[in-house]
Amino acid sequence: MLAAAAAALLAGCAPVTTDATTETITVFAAASLTDVVTDLSDAFGEVHPQVAVQHNFAGSQTLARQVVAGADADVVAFADTSSMAVVVDAGLVAEGPHPVATNTMAIAVAAGNPRDITAVADLADDRLLVVLPADSVPAGRYARTVLDRAGVDVAPVSLEPHVRAALTKVALGDADAALVYATDIAAAADRVEAVPIDAAVNVEAEYPMAALTSASRPDLAAEYVAFARSAVGREIFAAHGFGAP
Amino acid sequence: MRNRARNTEAALPRSVVVLAAVALTFLILPTVALAVRTPWRRAGVLLTDPVVGQALVRSLLASVLAAVLAVLFGVPLALLLARAAFPGKAVVRALAVLPMVLPPVVGGVGLLAAFGRRGIVGRPLEALTGITVPFTTAAIVLAAAFVAMPFLVVTVEAGVRQHDRRLDEAAATLGADRAMTLRRVVLPLLTPSLAAGIALAWARALGEFGATITFAGNMPGRTQTLPLAVYLELDRNPEAAYLLSFLLLAVSIVVLVALRDRFLRIGT
Repeated sequence: MLAAAAAALLAGCAPVTTDATTETITVFAAASLTDVVTDLSDAFGEVHPQVAVQHNFAGSQTLARQVVAGADADVVAFADTSSMAVVVDAGLVAEGPHPVATNTMAIAVAAGNPRDITAVADLADDRLLVVLPADSVPAGRYARTVLDRAGVDVAPVSLEPHVRAALTKVALGDADAALVYATDIAAAADRVEAVPIDAAVNVEAEYPMAALTSASRPDLAAEYVAFARSAVGREIFAAHGFGAP
Repeated sequence: MRNRARNTEAALPRSVVVLAAVALTFLILPTVALAVRTPWRRAGVLLTDPVVGQALVRSLLASVLAAVLAVLFGVPLALLLARAAFPGKAVVRALAVLPMVLPPVVGGVGLLAAFGRRGIVGRPLEALTGITVPFTTAAIVLAAAFVAMPFLVVTVEAGVRQHDRRLDEAAATLGADRAMTLRRVVLPLLTPSLAAGIALAWARALGEFGATITFAGNMPGRTQTLPLAVYLELDRNPEAAYLLSFLLLAVSIVVLVALRDRFLRIGT
């Protein structure tokens, strides 16, 4: 009975492929890529109808740690090169990394900008509830860079574990402003709006993508990366407000 | 008692002992692994980091205040559920203990919907008093109390149900009124279940993560509790995360052992 239970448990751990024509690849992508990678995978699925794409969206640093710890990923896409370096240094990259998109930071405020925030300097007002992504995720480091370059001292009320969590606090109305990626705001445009940041203090975030040595189908993983870099892929990134690398 | 316990043990079939050993190994292994992976040589440096001290203080503050709130409001609720008869009581009890089974993040979303700036209580509260709850110390206490109080309620309610009501009648025949019977007869006899309830509620509050990060955010020195610090340090400095985890574990064990020696009679 114990053996049967153990066998059932092990079977539960392994990917069960009942339909021989269906392949699954798993993409670990930065939280800020949630919408664009979902679209990218849908488009990839149209070209490869036998392939189902699974996603794991989280902070880049969290994903890099999971991959190094042995998580079952085929493709990774991060919001900064240092997260990718962790995976490269662990010898886990089979193809790449290749830059697939760029992004900039913006100030997210409630729709209609009720607190009349027009520049980074306005965030220094301590009557405002400002949230930032934590320094442990790329967006947090970019936000810190923007504030340093602008010479603005902000007292945030929360350092959120990933960039979308910071945006959500503004979308729900519990925070007045957050520093997030410009593309994040476009994804929640009905409840938040973007206050652009002066190019002189803004950053250009680069998103690298790679296929991993642990991929169950290395050819499909490499094809996914190539698809993201193709004209169709570029168009999808552009439609979500990302810049070309 | 002791002899009988030994006999029962000896009578257990071998398969039960083997399966129990598997369960025990599974439950203990992560703790042992934490101890093995903790960078003890750097413990001094990591533990004197002000962020660690602040997180420890926040965690102790939030969990103790949550336990106090749980006692203050949870004991009356337990008495009500155990003693009072009213329509829809089964539904009321289910709703009251729902946070025990609710995913904590869902609890956090619910707390935001209730006490957030656009929440059904939070919005009028801000309009009338200018007070906002999210991102404050009050928010970490509320999040902890929300997830912890049901543990105290169910434990104390079970204690009240076991209480022999003939003792109350005896007290009444000796001239005690209801308040005096409660104070001098019911509550003293509840001490073991109350202590167990406090320990469970406090331990649950100390470990609270999902509702806290959703409702209270994460700010070192204000709302960053130890579990939040562990989660965020894991991405930045895994060694510190192991050490913080062990610290959290040590605090829990010390308090549970102290409580057990003094009050708890569970399993002895």
